[in-house]
Amino acid sequence: MKLHPPLVHGDDKINRDILRPLFETSWRWWALFGLCLTGFGAGFVTWMWMLGAGMWVTGLHRPVMWGVFIANFVFWVGLSHSGTLISAILRLAKADWRRPITRAAEAMTVFTVLMAAQFPLIHLGRTWFFYYIIPYVNQREMWGNFRSPLAWDLMAILTYLSGSLIYLYLPTVPDFAIARDYATTPVRKKLFTMLALGWRGTRKEWHRMNLAILMLAVLVLPVAVSVHTIVSWDFAMALAPQWHTTIFGPYFVLGAIYSGMALVVTLTVLIRWAFKWEDYITPFHLDKLSKIMLVAAILWTYLWCGDYLITWYGRLPEEKVILDIKNGGAYFWHQLTMMLANTIVAIPMLAFKKVRTSPWALLFLTVFINVGMWLERYLIAVPTLVQKGPAYTWTTYSPTWVELMMSIYPFAGFVMLYVLFVKMAPFISIWEIREDRVAEAYKTMGQAKLRAIVAE
Amino acid sequence: MADLMTATHEAAHGADHGAVQGAMAAPYAGAGSPYRWGMSVDLDRCTGCGACVVACHAENNLPIAGPIDTDEGRSVDWMRVERYWEGHYPEVTAHFVPVMCQHCTNAPCEPVCPVFATYHTPEGLNGMVYNRCIGTQYCQNNDPYNVRFFNWFEAALNFVEPLANQLNPDVTVRSRGVMEKCTFCVHRIREAAADAKAEERLLEDGEITTACAQSCSANVITFGNLLDPHSKVSTAIASARRFRLLEALGTEPVVYYLKGGQA
Repeated sequence: MKLHPPLVHGDDKINRDILRPLFETSWRWWALFGLCLTGFGAGFVTWMWMLGAGMWVTGLHRPVMWGVFIANFVFWVGLSHSGTLISAILRLAKADWRRPITRAAEAMTVFTVLMAAQFPLIHLGRTWFFYYIIPYVNQREMWGNFRSPLAWDLMAILTYLSGSLIYLYLPTVPDFAIARDYATTPVRKKLFTMLALGWRGTRKEWHRMNLAILMLAVLVLPVAVSVHTIVSWDFAMALAPQWHTTIFGPYFVLGAIYSGMALVVTLTVLIRWAFKWEDYITPFHLDKLSKIMLVAAILWTYLWCGDYLITWYGRLPEEKVILDIKNGGAYFWHQLTMMLANTIVAIPMLAFKKVRTSPWALLFLTVFINVGMWLERYLIAVPTLVQKGPAYTWTTYSPTWVELMMSIYPFAGFVMLYVLFVKMAPFISIWEIREDRVAEAYKTMGQAKLRAIVAE
Repeated sequence: MADLMTATHEAAHGADHGAVQGAMAAPYAGAGSPYRWGMSVDLDRCTGCGACVVACHAENNLPIAGPIDTDEGRSVDWMRVERYWEGHYPEVTAHFVPVMCQHCTNAPCEPVCPVFATYHTPEGLNGMVYNRCIGTQYCQNNDPYNVRFFNWFEAALNFVEPLANQLNPDVTVRSRGVMEKCTFCVHRIREAAADAKAEERLLEDGEITTACAQSCSANVITFGNLLDPHSKVSTAIASARRFRLLEALGTEPVVYYLKGGQA
């Protein structure tokens, strides 16, 4: 196959800047990829070993049947939230500053959901029969139980995953076309030709795609909100002290947006640094993202306090024993670290513009916030279970190395998929950046200087 | 059927104990059976000997757990005798509470199972279908009494020779990864009910009993049909001493406890 010289269209510098990671692979990429592959592989082998050995290799025991696995599940579903949600909200609000952020955020959603979706399978006693939940006509003549929050979970997460995947892919099609035109090797040419779906950039194509993105953005918003509400119902629908509360729906959604925004900022800062895209992702963008994060932090704190205050004031004996181990018992340090990370440090720091525009301060802060958010999920799942029911059965819980490995597994897996995606698609939406540059440009008409495109 | 219900209700409330609230055998959707199995546990009689626990283990093929597994909370005891101490030495009193699955009429463990592995039978039993169970363990989380058990180990590891020789052939040996719990000795009920059906009659009171009730030397446990107003269990629970565990949750258990001095 003979390759044509690259077609140059539009702003060649932007195209080349953003496409560079697709075509050039440094040793650093291989090092990172190798590290992640090792972590992911080790986690996967542990999982397979656990399948063979049995669940006794975890720290779980009666009545603590949900531990680190479920905390990980809620954490990773939570992380997935801000990608699609923020991108959809900002698109609908026509916020132009979203342009360099959206692709990275949408990809984050897809890969975090992929990691989260494995945890319900990992924690099953008989993983090999997981398909019993899936409602389809089968020879067992059984449907899943639609009254169970776990059945809702399955449907919500699969809907969210497919929705987010389309929502990621669709706006990438024009960029795949640019990558196709710039591709220099036959393999890449073929790959991007396939992914670009024959995109030519005609007026009709643009019109249809903008309409489709708009429709998807409207459709994906309620799905995103419902997914984490349903995850919260795994707990809230249960008759267990401190789980059985109506506030969990909004509280989980807020927590999800909060931790997801923190991860978006972490990734944005790292991408900006790794690919030297300071021209495209500026402190202005970080400031905007951090402001959303600040709002989420304040709202999350408000809901957390609402939940805490009512439990504390109500003093139901079965809830009080659990509150006590969080306030002064085995989970004191967990709760203190969580409050430090998510409220006491985060809110005052994010209030300063200097912090909001400083990439390295943000990197530290957002990682700390997500440590706090993981602890928050752990604090929801575990303390309730260790002191639930008759006092005779109360216990303690400490995870084993298996649970530790299975916590490294999604981190390594997520970063691995993310760095692979770097080689697959432009990480900043090229056409959206160029659209913005065109819209921002000025044209001289006679004596007047006017904006090239006036947004409605 | 309706007569039986009314009669049962009267048995509960006919006597002079207005303080006792609520119907004895709360009707529930899907009932159409002449049986509504229930149990009474007289705590004033319990000596805490643990014979019921041993009997349950022998009858229901419960996995044997050693000291390590028991310490780690991995033992399987469908029946346990909870022991609570009151007072300070030397004025110490021990209180014993035998606890098994309460077979709640509004069982919290049932709706949360995504695969119908646990469900309510028309006879009011909280049934468990091991084959359907995929081990989400959600039922145990939502169980306020902590009476559901997960199989952590392979059955072959639990019953090494010669333990395998004492397995009860009427009871399934559960595989790794499924939940299990007290069945009210459902295999005994099924066997006797099948015999009775062949003879075209209903089961009589006292014809069947559970392993725990059978082995109790102090007659603490009484098992029987709550829909029969003259059954031993109905008579036993028509007492002002009766209460149910965590009654405020509204789970409507069919295991009634009796406590409070002389009957």
